[in-house]
Amino acid sequence: MKITKEEVKQIATLARLKLPEEKVEIYQKQFSAILDYMEKLKEIDTKEVNPLYSPAELKNVFREDEVKKDLDREEILKNAPKTDGEFFIVPKII
Amino acid sequence: MEILNKTLTEIRESLQKKEIGVEELIKTCLQHIANTEPKINAFITLREEEELLEEARQLDRQGPDPNQPLWGIPLGIKDVLTTKNLRTTCGSKILENFVPVYDAFVVEKLKAAGAIILGKQNMDEFAMGSSTENSAFGPTKNPWDLSRVPGGSSGGSAASVAARQCFGAIGTDTGGSIRQPASFCGLVGLKPTYGRVSRYGLIAYGSSFDQAGPLTRSVQDAALLLEVIAGHDPKDSTSLNAPVPKYSQSITSLSATKFTFGLPKEYLGEGLDPEVEKVFQSTIKLIENLGGEIKEISLPHTQYAIATYYILVMAEASSNLARFDGVRYGVRNAEAKTLKELYELSRSQGFGDEVQRRIMLGTYVLSAGYYDAYYKKAAQVRRLLSEDFVQAWKECDFILAPVSPTPAFKLGSTINDPLKMYLMDIYTTSLNLAGLPGLSLPIGLSSDNLPIGAQIIGPKLSEEKLLALASKLEEALPKLPLPPLS
Repeated sequence: MKITKEEVKQIATLARLKLPEEKVEIYQKQFSAILDYMEKLKEIDTKEVNPLYSPAELKNVFREDEVKKDLDREEILKNAPKTDGEFFIVPKII
Repeated sequence: MEILNKTLTEIRESLQKKEIGVEELIKTCLQHIANTEPKINAFITLREEEELLEEARQLDRQGPDPNQPLWGIPLGIKDVLTTKNLRTTCGSKILENFVPVYDAFVVEKLKAAGAIILGKQNMDEFAMGSSTENSAFGPTKNPWDLSRVPGGSSGGSAASVAARQCFGAIGTDTGGSIRQPASFCGLVGLKPTYGRVSRYGLIAYGSSFDQAGPLTRSVQDAALLLEVIAGHDPKDSTSLNAPVPKYSQSITSLSATKFTFGLPKEYLGEGLDPEVEKVFQSTIKLIENLGGEIKEISLPHTQYAIATYYILVMAEASSNLARFDGVRYGVRNAEAKTLKELYELSRSQGFGDEVQRRIMLGTYVLSAGYYDAYYKKAAQVRRLLSEDFVQAWKECDFILAPVSPTPAFKLGSTINDPLKMYLMDIYTTSLNLAGLPGLSLPIGLSSDNLPIGAQIIGPKLSEEKLLALASKLEEALPKLPLPPLS
């Protein structure tokens, strides 16, 4: 599976990462090798196989919809890089 | 320092009998940590001495409590489990200042049981790696040979327990991250059944794989720790609502005399280091002498396990690690002008290379046009791998397998070749895919005096029998000497 430099940059954008130019080439080679290895799975016929997404395979774990207070505002904001004491602050969007 | 060579179970008895006070024990541990830490770098954050001693004095004043099975016992915690008011970094720069406001379920249980948490142990960043070299806080060294890795990702915990800095630790295992470092450092490491231990407060990497479990110096110790941390938790929807047996008691009462071990023929071929194979073969003989039956079995999809595992775990990682955006916690880039820039710059600056690699590959396999070919395909093969085990349990009670194809490798030997590092996980990832429990047990030393481990794999929720059987084997196996740095 040959991955191009443009594809690496596109994946980085989707993943919200910014790659320095010199890393793009390294990742391009590594991704191609890793995805080549993963091609292996194509050997198996899985047409009739039901995917397994979690070994727990639990269905509909319900609980009562009760309002509970786990943390207060101060605690929630404690680790934020920037707040005004009430909200998380980010650069202006509009 | 002899006191530090005791197992967790032994020190527990000494504490209960007041042969040693908690304060004295903590002082001895801290002194030993100060001596050994410059060489192995097992801790990312060690708690303040005065705070620890105060906690110890309080326990001494109160005296042993029958409801606190870990009363006064110094433990370490892998830095991926949240600890209230104690920095939790996941081995990453992006969380270098993160101080959680709540305890992980596991940590809550340990505290309630009277354990003393010494600090947070080093790991591969976000648990991604097999050597602890991917830590933003520098690599951990193996106490058996300082030029070698302790394994990973729970390498700090393994090195620390092996070096006698603490009496046990809680690590996490997504694709082998408890068992492989346990085998590299000569310890017992148990990855419980998926759902046996709550993941609440375990900072997620691969949510359908992650499980916390003990790293200890004996099987009995692992049983005791599992007994404390296992159990249902409404805060984790994948947590299993099954009763928790008294593992530490049934280990001696359950008879483990008649059992059949399956030996997967796919595990004993090419790629297995001859030294590992030699020690492994002698363990097979030992089992036969103990009256165990050994039967060759087949896990026919084994060759697809690594590709399947990495596709799925990278996909889950890309989704789980989207939360690190420089907004609610973690490091934020100071120069970002727009929100998109804030995300991109904070993440690229905060995450190391391996984490970025896995996030990107995960993004790729989940992206439109590739989802069916990679992600769904891998989930289908996961079903087949899981069914391999279902078939196997018709022929045997447990499976015996190597843990890692080689003993501990040299620092720097695989770090620049990610695929080579992934391929080392050949014997450990299958059971995470299937959600099964596995225990790594030290079975001997290589000619370079490096520990070698074997793993016992069991059906879901078979921990009780698995521990009893492991304990029986442990008794019969030659006891490992102390590591040179201890």
